[in-house]
Amino acid sequence: MAKSIDVSDLNIYYGDFLAVEGVNMTIRSKAVTAFIGPSGCGKSTFLRTLNRMHEVIPGARVEGKVVVSGQSLYDAAIDPVAVRRQIGMVFQRPNPFPTMSIYDNVLAGMRLNSKRLKKSDADAIVEKSLKGANLWNEVKDRLSKPGMGLSGGQQQRLCIARAIAVEPEVLLMDEPCSALDPISTSAIEDLIHELKSEYTIVIVTHNMQQAARVSDDTGFFNLKAAGQPGHLVEFNPTTKMFTNPDEESTEAYISGRFG
Amino acid sequence: MSTSTPLEPELDGLSEGLSTVRLPRAAVLLVAALAVAVSGGLALILGWGLVGTVVLAVVLFDIGLPLWSRLVEGGRYAADRLATCLVYSAFAAVLVPLVWLIWLVLKNGLGAIDGEFLTYSMRGVVGEGGGIYHALMGTLLVTLATAVISVPIGIFTAIYLVEYGKGNRLARWTTFLVDVMTGIPSIVAGLFALSLFVLIFGPAIRIGFAGSVALSLLMIPTVVRSTEEMLRLVPSDLREASYALGVPKWRTIAKIVLPTALGGIVTGVVLAVSRVIGETAPLLVVAGATDSVNMNLFNGRMMTLPVYIYQQYSSPGIAPPTGGDPPGYARAWGAALVLIVIVMLLNLVARVIGKIFAPPTERRR
Repeated sequence: MAKSIDVSDLNIYYGDFLAVEGVNMTIRSKAVTAFIGPSGCGKSTFLRTLNRMHEVIPGARVEGKVVVSGQSLYDAAIDPVAVRRQIGMVFQRPNPFPTMSIYDNVLAGMRLNSKRLKKSDADAIVEKSLKGANLWNEVKDRLSKPGMGLSGGQQQRLCIARAIAVEPEVLLMDEPCSALDPISTSAIEDLIHELKSEYTIVIVTHNMQQAARVSDDTGFFNLKAAGQPGHLVEFNPTTKMFTNPDEESTEAYISGRFG
Repeated sequence: MSTSTPLEPELDGLSEGLSTVRLPRAAVLLVAALAVAVSGGLALILGWGLVGTVVLAVVLFDIGLPLWSRLVEGGRYAADRLATCLVYSAFAAVLVPLVWLIWLVLKNGLGAIDGEFLTYSMRGVVGEGGGIYHALMGTLLVTLATAVISVPIGIFTAIYLVEYGKGNRLARWTTFLVDVMTGIPSIVAGLFALSLFVLIFGPAIRIGFAGSVALSLLMIPTVVRSTEEMLRLVPSDLREASYALGVPKWRTIAKIVLPTALGGIVTGVVLAVSRVIGETAPLLVVAGATDSVNMNLFNGRMMTLPVYIYQQYSSPGIAPPTGGDPPGYARAWGAALVLIVIVMLLNLVARVIGKIFAPPTERRR
């Protein structure tokens, strides 16, 4: 069910501005891949190209290839909506739908696409997804309450439950813990470890320790200079990256001697 | 405090530096009484009316209190008192006409309203009697038709502007034209509707639906503007969350954006309705005036409350030989009261609906 992603010679533009240049990498299936790098170097931008969320912004476009299990995502025949159904995403700020209860938030992916569900099936999906997101025990008695009533960490786990309820093949996470306290962060990191057995996970983080803790592979993005496009400096297994990186700049960044 | 002897000198020095002499607590009442007394005395001597006396008292108070404060408390407190006085005076100046108007309408209109007034038309009525039933029904029907025309057009325009246009040329022009439409004088809208329907149906045409078309021209820009603002308030996070679940754009708009903004949209629509419900000029031109009940929007002249008020006041009939006002005056005041009550009810409904549909954001945290 989980799929690997091959990226080759990817250039990402906002209008005429080249934001990220020449990315080549292979993201392994059923593994966690982390992207680190300074702010504005294009990690999030690159992440958003992996499920075609990038083009939601007017004028944004890409050149190059992103291949998911043999299919090129940017072929003319590919429907971006179908891509996003297979490649889910969790955002930096928790964003449950304010008009919906916890229950409806989890089912949002089905309900919004007008999929008809039997009540028993719907209940099963809600329970499975909330258990998958480690939230079930905290909310099982108040499923009909609004999702906005939860704490920030619970909201973020609700968003993860919502993303895995549609059973995607890849899960993209854009700094999912940056708005959370250490306890919620550790809950989500545990969750990432568990999800790894079923999903391909790509995570952007500013927290080096987090990348070291949760990921199998790490990619380091950097800017050559201010105003220049971002590029992938190094892509290696996390253990190698944090002990014996190929590039000097990677070591400088990881050890805090940046710039 | 006084027991901690060693600290006392230090504390004294501190309190001297921080404390200032303040006016007594009763100062506000004192100045107010003085201002009223002075202006009342002047009014008695010079023979002024109530309005002049009150205005003078307010002006005296607004000058007196800051002046006293300046002498005792210093410049900063005086400025604070002056600003406070001005804010309260301005508030009163706004509130007085409103209260006065409602009181006047209640005083003059309440007596006219009874069962007959609300359930009879003016058909065949000469002198006393008659009612507003035909005008009430006309106003409700014309306004309903206006809302039916304007709300879909307005909301869809706003959706285009916010979700699809995003500052392209068509969206910019639409925004500009909507702004221009907001400024159209209502009589011009009436004349436009009249010429439109005369072109189609011939010169003698006067129907309620034409009135709805004229009012739509006034209502659509208001609906577009308020809906646009509400849609812009929906965070783009929610749209992205929906896209990331593989939901197509149109479903995202229909199921996420519109429900999130629904409370605000409904409030805006109801306020737009209460704005056009009191329009007189366009209805006078295109819907005409009649004394009979007409429930058909598409055939024949149709009476509406604003036109009824205008007509009753401009030709009030003959005063009864026993003395008193002509009967039309009381009917006009009664109809005015009914119109105000309808608008107030609509505002209340808007508030309730806004509360019900507002997403339960931040309610329990």
